[in-house]
Amino acid sequence: MDIIISNASGKPIYEQITSQIKAMILNGTLAEGEALPSMRILAKELRISVITTKRAYEELERDGFIETVTGKGSFVAGKNLEFIREEHLRMTEDLLAKAVETAKAGDISLDEMTEMLNTLYED
Amino acid sequence: MSYENALEIRGLNKEFKNFRLNGVDLILPAGSIMGFIGENGAGKTTTIKLILNQIKKDGGEIRIMGKDHLEHEMDLKKEIGVVLDQGFFYEGLSPLQIGTILSALYDRWDDRLYRDYLKRFQIPEKQAMKEFSKGMRMKLCIIAALSHHPKLLLLDEPTGGLDPVVRNEILDLFLDFIQDEEHSILFSTHITTDLEKIADYITFIHEGSILFTDAKDSVMEDYGLLKCSAGDFEKVWAEDHLGSRRTSFGCQALVRGRAAMAKKYPFAVVDPVSLEDIMLFYIQR
Repeated sequence: MDIIISNASGKPIYEQITSQIKAMILNGTLAEGEALPSMRILAKELRISVITTKRAYEELERDGFIETVTGKGSFVAGKNLEFIREEHLRMTEDLLAKAVETAKAGDISLDEMTEMLNTLYED
Repeated sequence: MSYENALEIRGLNKEFKNFRLNGVDLILPAGSIMGFIGENGAGKTTTIKLILNQIKKDGGEIRIMGKDHLEHEMDLKKEIGVVLDQGFFYEGLSPLQIGTILSALYDRWDDRLYRDYLKRFQIPEKQAMKEFSKGMRMKLCIIAALSHHPKLLLLDEPTGGLDPVVRNEILDLFLDFIQDEEHSILFSTHITTDLEKIADYITFIHEGSILFTDAKDSVMEDYGLLKCSAGDFEKVWAEDHLGSRRTSFGCQALVRGRAAMAKKYPFAVVDPVSLEDIMLFYIQR
């Protein structure tokens, strides 16, 4: 499992870990039921605080991506397709919101945007 | 596990002729590493000595793994590995001899582990300590502290004077130690970059009082260095910064709530700030 942390990115480290693990689960790199490294080992290998890895894992669990069993460790949660779709919808909406903001700032019309969207979708 | 905190200090007081420790409060949650920073003479060593009852406290409460540090002194000391600045072994002894002495003091002394560590860190077993370099001495002290399987490590400047390679090896040792959630470490150091890497909590002591004690991530995310021109600096509210310095090219100030400050003062740059700079700004206020 590859996790790359950027200290200069401005995004909190626990968030970087959460996003990367979520992405790996969503695209199948991490399989259902697969064991994640323990919070402590992750902290040690990445040279970060255990508090950070714990927070990342807690968030992943809260969002339903992993399950932590005391004494055993953390595992990728059973895939619930509906829920994965929700996650994808949410991420797409966030990105579109950003695109709309950028478009408005550049005085780009909804029609121009729609045309762009159509072209991109065909690719 | 029966206790939540490896160390609980409340209202610790000690008065000397020229120095006073003022109501120190400190909590070290089990399973974590806390960095203890402050100038020389700020009270770090005093605090550690008080925990160990090497000097008697004037007031306050100290609990180690849930138990009062005086009531259970002997039992607790079996669970603590200590490295104090300069080490405390008689120089004429060799590591093997030191091992023999320590095995008589600690029930859980693990000679096999001790010898493995000596080998791993290339410490000659039979040579007298007085012939060791500073780095070797430090490594020996740390190894000795680890070899009786303690639950709590109290270290006063364990990596001072060591080269980056050796320091890294020692930090790795600490990270290995902390893989067990019942193990905790409190170490004082001037090498704040080490703490930026591995500490979970940071406690900053200055002139006998605790300035802050908080999760390292919170500290690093919260504090910022605001930079702007001297002219623009007039617009920064006094209560928003914790000290400033002026250079020939502008002003720099320590602020909290980096994101909020960047919004409030759009003419300024608000950068992340190192632990060392946080210390300097507070101390030079």
